[in-house]
Amino acid sequence: MEVTRVKIAVVGGGPAGLYASLLLKKEYPSWDISVYERDPADNTYGWGVVFSDATLSNLREADHETHERLTDTFVRWDPIDIFYEDEHIRCGGHTFAGIMRSDLLAILQDRCRDLGVEMHHETTIEEPTELADEVDLLIGADGLNSVVRDAYEERFQPRIETGSAKFAWFGTEKPFDVFTFIFRENEHGLWRIHAYPGTKSTFIVECTEETWTNADMDELGETEALAYFEDLFDDHLAGYDLLAKLYSWRNFPVVNCRRWSIEDRVVLLGDAVHTAHYSIGSGTKLAMEDAIALLEGFREHGQDVDAALNWYEKERRPRVEALQAAADRSQQYFENVERYWDLPPQQFAYNLLTRSGRISYDSLKMRDVSYADGFDRWFQRYQYTPGDGTPAESLPIAANQPLHQPLKLRDLTISNRIAITEQPTSSSDDGMPSSTYLEALIERGSRGPGLLLTDPVAVSPEGRITSGTPGIYTDEHVDAWAEAIESITASADISIGIHLVHAGRRGAMRDRHHGLDRPLPNTQAWELLAPSAIPYTPGGHVPREMDDEDLEAVRMAYSAATERAVEAGFDMVQLHAGHGYLLSSYLSPLSNERDDVYGGSLENRMRYPLEIFDQVRSVWPDERPVGVTLQSTDWNLNGFKTYEAQEVGAALKSHGCDLLSLVAGQATIRERPKYDPTVLADFTESFRNELDIPVLATNYVTTYDEVNTLVGAGRADLCTFTPLPE
Amino acid sequence: MHVDVISLEADTYRSIISLASSDMRVGIGLPNTLDAADGDMLLSWARRADDGPFTSVGVFDRLVYHGTDPLATLAACAGVTEEVRLATSIVAGPLRSDALLAKKAATVDSISDGRLTLGLALGARREDYEEAGASFNDRGRRFSRQLHRLREIWEGDDIGPEPVQEGGPELLIGGQSDPTFQRVGRYGDGYIHGGGPPRAFERQAEKARAAWQESGRPGEPALWGHGYFALGEEAAELGRAYLLDYYEFTGPFAERIAEGLLTTPQEVLQFVRGYEDAGCDELILFPTVADMSQYDRLERILKNEWR
Ligand SMILES: Cc1cc2nc3c(=O)[nH]c(=O)nc-3n(C[C@H](O)[C@H](O)[C@H](O)COP(=O)(O)OP(=O)(O)OC[C@H]3O[C@@H](n4cnc5c(N)ncnc54)[C@H](O)[C@@H]3O)c2cc1C
Repeated sequence: MEVTRVKIAVVGGGPAGLYASLLLKKEYPSWDISVYERDPADNTYGWGVVFSDATLSNLREADHETHERLTDTFVRWDPIDIFYEDEHIRCGGHTFAGIMRSDLLAILQDRCRDLGVEMHHETTIEEPTELADEVDLLIGADGLNSVVRDAYEERFQPRIETGSAKFAWFGTEKPFDVFTFIFRENEHGLWRIHAYPGTKSTFIVECTEETWTNADMDELGETEALAYFEDLFDDHLAGYDLLAKLYSWRNFPVVNCRRWSIEDRVVLLGDAVHTAHYSIGSGTKLAMEDAIALLEGFREHGQDVDAALNWYEKERRPRVEALQAAADRSQQYFENVERYWDLPPQQFAYNLLTRSGRISYDSLKMRDVSYADGFDRWFQRYQYTPGDGTPAESLPIAANQPLHQPLKLRDLTISNRIAITEQPTSSSDDGMPSSTYLEALIERGSRGPGLLLTDPVAVSPEGRITSGTPGIYTDEHVDAWAEAIESITASADISIGIHLVHAGRRGAMRDRHHGLDRPLPNTQAWELLAPSAIPYTPGGHVPREMDDEDLEAVRMAYSAATERAVEAGFDMVQLHAGHGYLLSSYLSPLSNERDDVYGGSLENRMRYPLEIFDQVRSVWPDERPVGVTLQSTDWNLNGFKTYEAQEVGAALKSHGCDLLSLVAGQATIRERPKYDPTVLADFTESFRNELDIPVLATNYVTTYDEVNTLVGAGRADLCTFTPLPE
Repeated sequence: MHVDVISLEADTYRSIISLASSDMRVGIGLPNTLDAADGDMLLSWARRADDGPFTSVGVFDRLVYHGTDPLATLAACAGVTEEVRLATSIVAGPLRSDALLAKKAATVDSISDGRLTLGLALGARREDYEEAGASFNDRGRRFSRQLHRLREIWEGDDIGPEPVQEGGPELLIGGQSDPTFQRVGRYGDGYIHGGGPPRAFERQAEKARAAWQESGRPGEPALWGHGYFALGEEAAELGRAYLLDYYEFTGPFAERIAEGLLTTPQEVLQFVRGYEDAGCDELILFPTVADMSQYDRLERILKNEWR
């Protein structure tokens, strides 16, 4: 479409609609632009709006006048205050600016008026399609519950996910002079407050559905609810009232659209097309940046409307999605604060500050070095309990980063937080680790990890994954391991763990050089054991369903392997109960169809793995730790689920497990895994903080900054680490 | 990287990669989807590439379009070259039957003495599927099965020829979705990226490495990228128009691709360095204008300015 005098209708006079109108009108004075807004021009609904980056340089470039008036009106502040009950922690260096929504709208309306945008207030659009027929372009900037989006639903394909937390928006005359998070528990549950400065302060109350119900919020009227919070937070409010406009509780809807525009007719901007959780304070900025990108699309493509709209989406979508990902993490955090409530306040605050993934250990050092150094000192004292475990009186003057803090599991002290684990190898012969294998192990040990964990080592010949899987089922094996351990520990302060495995039905595979799970030819395979006679891959070797004798034999194999591991001099045993190997194949209904006490209910499915754990624990020295590598999900609708894994984790803990490492998938070849780099980190974090048990994170960590952040924030205790190639 | 002693010989190529993993190699695409390119031009690009500095020649696959068949093109290239890798970037696997694809790829690998790098992906164009008589909706599932079958055939005795590379041609898998990365971890030798700025490559490469590690595969996945060039102002215009046309069906994405077109030496270098920093093993730069002078210009930049 090529036109010279474009006629545009804008539905919604919020930040997105007004800003887009004024930018387009300024660039193309001949265009005919009308804004339709449901509310009156001087509507004062809404409290303050935060911009988490005070410079807003792109707004300055887009329209100098608006930028100047906005920044003249801003209140600015740097610190974030965190109140964990009465404990107060402040971290500076975050540049924020705030403005009342009504002031923002007034500035934008003035500017629209000056430039000749027609504004029709108190005009509700009911039939956007009719409006679209009268104009060249319809802009839907009508917010969260966009009627424009709804009218063309099958084209935009919106997906709306509603958050689980309840929130309500209040204001108060009480000056909060910096961004303030308050966490407070009462008999009804844990309440979170987000409060921030403005002509009037904004005061958002948030809680879980459960807390909300416990407090009868569904029953209470506005006055009673306000009184409830005035009372609960009277120390922070200092006698000031809470104020409500349109009192209501909501759940945050996350909006995403498959498409942002329809040919050359309709385009969505701002909250209508995407939302991002308010806890990262970006909704308004996103809306205004959308408007800028739309203008740039027209600049780029003249008046080829279709091309301009494509350009706008192409430009904005990746940026918006990156911000939405951070917002999602922040939202997850706030919905699950209960999980972190047992962390020490300093760590609780650290976890809060680093929640969205955009701020890390290193960036906190840049933002507020005294806060960040203080955290290191605190962490060192908290972790390091010299002598008999009484914390040092005074804070250390030369503190190490969290990465270099030791971790104690039973009597074993792991000297730093980096663990080296190895993928299954395949160069051994009948379980005998080859010399190249042992040399490689020794080389890895010499690199100075706190914990060196072997790759899966078979407890018996039929428990090998491939014919080259190392084992610990003969005395010769023990000698080979002992020699390697001696040579590693001679020169380094390092703990060495053995990762015991029985491959179960996932055994007798070819090595993994050309792919996973390719069964050995029949002539080279051996008989496999499994809870049920179901092959791992279609057409693969059918395992034997384990009978009582097999159950006992494998139990004894674990027992003997553990004794041999003691003899060889390992510091720790880690049992593999993931990735479809024998123990996890008991956990998963996909591989376990038994109808005896080892199959069926979760309690039954976890029975055999727990028996093995008990057996190992009983022969392994008391003062040394036993850990478990646990399946956290099968990534299969009918498979083992995360909530089940949590129960297994809890049972393992009560049986004396000292360390969990979470892995996912590979229970069968039919799976839908997620490779979002944060998935495993999230599992790990939730197991640690739900079950209160040390964890080894196995996600792909490549920088010390990530290790420091994960360990510092209490999301992991040990991390596997893969340095980036230089 | 763990390399069996027995497989070393046939596997030299792969072990060389892993020894020199921080030095990215650069390949050049053949103009096999460009109208103006005839057989002569395709083969002379390949012949020249064989003398360096390029380490591979790449081809695209698109059925309902004017353009040559990727594997047939590479087979012809095999005859006029000796050194250069022959890469598909990519072939839409599920458009083809497993056995025919396996045989064709094994043939190219065998007559080129083990130089085929087979990049495979789903291919997003519905019309290609319709014309090939292949079903579109279950193509993901069929693709996974196909990857499994390809290895089986290459390693088995029934359908020859036996590929020169042990275990079959180097197998790269392309795409963006989670199942893509699962396939990389489960069946592939590496990942081939669909184009875009170095940062986009880096994000996907990270997923490929993570999937590789989570799958418990030894070593590192091979990571390949690709980009488009049209050097000189006039060529830039033509190149952009070609990309907008070629990717028209993707909507806003076409814009993004066209915008990434490398039109000056500076842009080429920035791009190449960016990919190298992002850990790419081999980057193939595809022409968007079928003209030998495009080859000359790119070659000059890489010879004179890079390293
Ligand atoms: C609790 C909470 C706190 C927030 N805090 C912040 C913050 O600190 N910082 C920040 O940047 N963002 C914040 N936001 C987000 C912010 O409010 C929005 O992201 C931003 O206002 C989006 O702008 P918009 O123009 O797209 O939509 P809106 O501001 O929602 O504007 C849409 C407009 O369209 C009008 N409209 C709707 N339907 C019709 C119709 N049928 N006809 C005519 N007019 C119609 C509405 O009246 C409204 O004026 C917060 C949101 C919430 C819920």
